[in-house]
Amino acid sequence: MSDKEPLFSAKNRKLLTNPLGSDNPITIQVLGICSALAVTAKLEPAVVMTISVMAVLALANVIVSLLRNTIPSRIRIIVQLVIVAALVILVDQILKAYAYDVSKQLSVFVGLIITNCIIMGRLEAFALGNRPWPAFLDGIGNAAGYGIILVIVAFFRELLGSGSLYGFQVIPQSFYDMGYQNNGLMILPPMALVTVGIIIWVQRSRNKALIES
Amino acid sequence: MNTQSNTYTFLYAAIMVVIVAAVLSFTSLSLKGRQNMNKEIEKKQNILKAVNVASTPANAVELFDKYIVEAIIVNSEGEVKSNDKAETFKVDLKNENKKELSQRNLPVFIFNDTKVGEKLIIPVRGKGMWGPIWGFISMEPDRKTIYGATFDHQGETPGLGAEISKADFQKPFTGKQIFDDSNVFTSLKLEKGTASNNPHAFDAVSGGTVTSKGLEAMLQDNLSSYEKFLKSSK
Repeated sequence: MSDKEPLFSAKNRKLLTNPLGSDNPITIQVLGICSALAVTAKLEPAVVMTISVMAVLALANVIVSLLRNTIPSRIRIIVQLVIVAALVILVDQILKAYAYDVSKQLSVFVGLIITNCIIMGRLEAFALGNRPWPAFLDGIGNAAGYGIILVIVAFFRELLGSGSLYGFQVIPQSFYDMGYQNNGLMILPPMALVTVGIIIWVQRSRNKALIES
Repeated sequence: MNTQSNTYTFLYAAIMVVIVAAVLSFTSLSLKGRQNMNKEIEKKQNILKAVNVASTPANAVELFDKYIVEAIIVNSEGEVKSNDKAETFKVDLKNENKKELSQRNLPVFIFNDTKVGEKLIIPVRGKGMWGPIWGFISMEPDRKTIYGATFDHQGETPGLGAEISKADFQKPFTGKQIFDDSNVFTSLKLEKGTASNNPHAFDAVSGGTVTSKGLEAMLQDNLSSYEKFLKSSK
């Protein structure tokens, strides 16, 4: 790669856009499923989780990329893990001091960010072999691809399971008076898996190139 | 330099750990003050919420000083051990709940407002599914009827166990009784969907059974230690 390559060359743009569709971390690489099940009962935590993962993944990618020539390969996983854990703790501490309400929503997800396989996957597969700027774009792109699926799943689960969106009641009371009931099954974790499955099905039936032979 | 040698690997790991530890402890130390202040304000807001007084982080301290006229520490025999407001506020239930019942410091906050009259506020703390849960129960002057309740948690699952911190879950606690007709302590029992007709029970959160059971145990453990105090001055 030459130094004069423009910041948003076609190759760099692909780093941002591919993870949104044809190389999506959840639906194509099937990573990060566990947190997708846990945080998608409501739209709000799904959005907060997306933003946090984006911050942590982009920063971790840049740091690992900067250090890539110095990291001894035998302990590279430990080094990556320490960097991710430190970043997550930093983000959590800063939120607790300056955005206390948000930090309370994050509580349980902080741990989930550390165990998120997408983060380790990107550090291992991309940041260790690329320069900081592409690594940054790759981090943002993958976190966004992850976030899109989270938000789609949370949208259906919250709408059908609680009748609300982002905490606001959207299904009018008159529906309930006529006998409509919230589908309690939707807020249970198994339905997140089913919803992700449906998204994978729809995506592959529209784009046959994604179907493995 | 050979980045694969043992010496390099050891040195690399050691230096990395020291740098990360330094950065984290520096951040933690420099933010501690603000974090503690946020926690105190949140506790004051929660105490006010138990008596249905809405507050914001900005006015919580002022409202707390205005409405909470007194705060006392009692023991399990119902005797008052201290009536220092600041000291009562500092009592940490996490430590108290580990002690023998007779050794526990039991805080009681006394709320007074000309419109709604005097209420007692009792803090509770217990175990949820993933971590601690806690809350405040406010009592009518008859000392057996619940006037309001607020619960919070550290890391219960959003949409499931975390629902205990929502108003929809907390509102039905108003009017519940923790003593039965013959004045025997009953606490509140967990029921699935039928609690609205039972003054001694509350509804479980669907999908949050472990948290609901933890809440039941928390009420039983904490409120029972106040039994003599609540009975003594009726």
